[in-house]
Amino acid sequence: MKMRNAQSVPLSEIPRLAIGEFRVEVLRAVREGERLCAFFHHGGRLWAVLACDESGLLRLVSGEVQDSYAALTPECPQAHWFEREVCEESGIRPEGHPWLRPIRSGYADFYRVEGDEVHEVAVGPVHAGVIEPGHFRFQCHGEDVLHLEIALGYQRRGAQALIQGGPDRRTVHVMETLAGDTSIGHVLAYAQAMESLSGTRVPARALAWRGVALELERLANHCGDLGALANDVGYLPTASFCGRLRGDFLNMTALLCGSRFGRGLVRPGGVRFDAEPGRIEDLLRRLEAAARDSASAVGLLWKSNSVMGRFEDTGKLSREDCLALGLVGPAARACGVERDVRHDFPHGIYSYAQVPVSTAQTGDVLGRAFVRWLEMQRSLAFAKETLEHLPTGSIAAAPAPCAPERICVSLVEGWRGEICHVALTDGAGRFARYQVVDASFHNWFGLAHAMRGQQISDFPLCNKSFNLSYCGHDL
Amino acid sequence: MLKELIARFRQGHRTIAFPVAEPQLPDRFRGRPSWERAKCVADCTECAKVCPTGAIQGAGPAGLDLGRCLFCEDCARVCPSGALRFTQDFHLAARSRQDLITSDGTLKEMEGLSAQLRGLLGRSLKLRQVSAGGCNACEADINVLGTVVFDLGRFGVQFVASPRHADGLLITGPVTKNMELALRKTYDAVPAPKIVIACGACAVSGGPYLGSPQVLDGAAGVVPVDLFIPGCPPHPLTILDAILRLLGPR
Repeated sequence: MKMRNAQSVPLSEIPRLAIGEFRVEVLRAVREGERLCAFFHHGGRLWAVLACDESGLLRLVSGEVQDSYAALTPECPQAHWFEREVCEESGIRPEGHPWLRPIRSGYADFYRVEGDEVHEVAVGPVHAGVIEPGHFRFQCHGEDVLHLEIALGYQRRGAQALIQGGPDRRTVHVMETLAGDTSIGHVLAYAQAMESLSGTRVPARALAWRGVALELERLANHCGDLGALANDVGYLPTASFCGRLRGDFLNMTALLCGSRFGRGLVRPGGVRFDAEPGRIEDLLRRLEAAARDSASAVGLLWKSNSVMGRFEDTGKLSREDCLALGLVGPAARACGVERDVRHDFPHGIYSYAQVPVSTAQTGDVLGRAFVRWLEMQRSLAFAKETLEHLPTGSIAAAPAPCAPERICVSLVEGWRGEICHVALTDGAGRFARYQVVDASFHNWFGLAHAMRGQQISDFPLCNKSFNLSYCGHDL
Repeated sequence: MLKELIARFRQGHRTIAFPVAEPQLPDRFRGRPSWERAKCVADCTECAKVCPTGAIQGAGPAGLDLGRCLFCEDCARVCPSGALRFTQDFHLAARSRQDLITSDGTLKEMEGLSAQLRGLLGRSLKLRQVSAGGCNACEADINVLGTVVFDLGRFGVQFVASPRHADGLLITGPVTKNMELALRKTYDAVPAPKIVIACGACAVSGGPYLGSPQVLDGAAGVVPVDLFIPGCPPHPLTILDAILRLLGPR
């Protein structure tokens, strides 16, 4: 069953394969270049969402499963984290999985490297800075990291369980807080799914505002990350300039909707806030000033030898490993992989306005930093262009109830990368299943992999260059 | 070095004058709600019906719980008479959970620390932040206090890396079951006397996750809390104002 981003189809049209056929089908698709966007268990079946970046099409397959099946992971490393999740949630065992541990409920038997001079370093869950909790277990030989195991789950709030049976008055607020720094990204994925399931047409002006809000979210976070990367290598000018500029981008979102994180802006059917000409001029003025100041602040990084010395060749990932692990977002694009939902699976405003894909080839901290800067420039240009040519008309359509017994896959390129929401409705049009895959879900293992052979003292820098979400993963 | 100095000159001075001068907030900012009961249509419960967290319980002295409020405006948008609206007032903190439960959104004047604690902490407060299910919005707007815009250090307040170095905790998130032990251990590691601040709707009441079997509905169920800061997330100014009022006149 092939479908486009945010297109909904009747559940009955999804192929229902025997588990052996399902396995062969998923493995073949991944071998031929498709990606595993989502993988979950529901109603006695395993479901896989496969994405073909070249054709811009999504494919859904499902396979009947009993208590166990032959794991996909040995032949398809992308499935590694997904199969652990399925086993943890449903008890269905992927036989032959190389490291079958829960991803959200903790465990004590970490992978250990044995040897006279090998030592172990345990960090977290409570970290040194103002950040979310997670546990990192390093196997080290001297300063060198042989292996890093990342144990998450401390942020588990039970978000997906709260969404099942919805939508209700709480649903959209859970969406806005799945990963609070990606409020627009997640609520947009939710809104697209709802609109598709209910057949609601969103007015053009609302689509434009959603695009502006999504790019402002990207700008704020990329700018903050560049500042934080500068801070982690002790280069304070950019750290303090970008710290301020990040707030300027957040304040632009607040100028539009009152909330620095865009809370309350995007709702199924459209957006809740419009702007009069004076406010749009104000936004444009602020964008121009922020563009000028961030060029000056970020430009310092590339001209500073001490910064470049720390960024270059640190936390390097090869293009092959990136593809095998199925990484997304700036982390993938820094490895030269052209992968961007806005380009490959355009929906909403991105169907009309192109944002070029920004890549680097080095796969290291420098690559991840530089891709962020390229994306900032393109987001600035996009936001300016969109604000100057806002479509006229209303900003919201009244959403109808969701149709029963349908499925929709909704993708959004959040600032961390691909956000995937899969909604299945029951006979009454309620969510029988709502699956959320944040970009972090794909990328945490990429961080662990990038740390191999690195110095442990470079971990904060590597970690920041990925800047993944703990709660977006733990849900 | 010259390029850094030129950039520094161009970036200019960015620290806000607060608390000496009142800050400029965006006109659409949603601060403390105000509920003019006299304007209510008889028997209308539209606001309570749409409130995502049950912050609105209808008429009566416990009608509006700012600790649960997400400041989402869902209530004001359905209010037929304009009785419920959000003001620009960003002063939102309270010393007890009970003080956030009001009839019309008005909060009583917040008291600072006792004279003894103020003597110990008033000019130097070191806090350890613990995120226990926070979505990273509260955390982000706490981090912002460290930027040149708010420059928290000028008030003698600082976030430190170890609970052993801290005078108290600032907790975000509804406190997940998976973080309960870590939170207790961190609390125990802070030397007495210590204070605890619950920041954001989640840490105050559970927020959007209230009642989820995976969370403990806020910090107060695990450790004693001295300061409650509502908001989802609270504006950085709300957090800063709350801490400054806790520490008392400077």
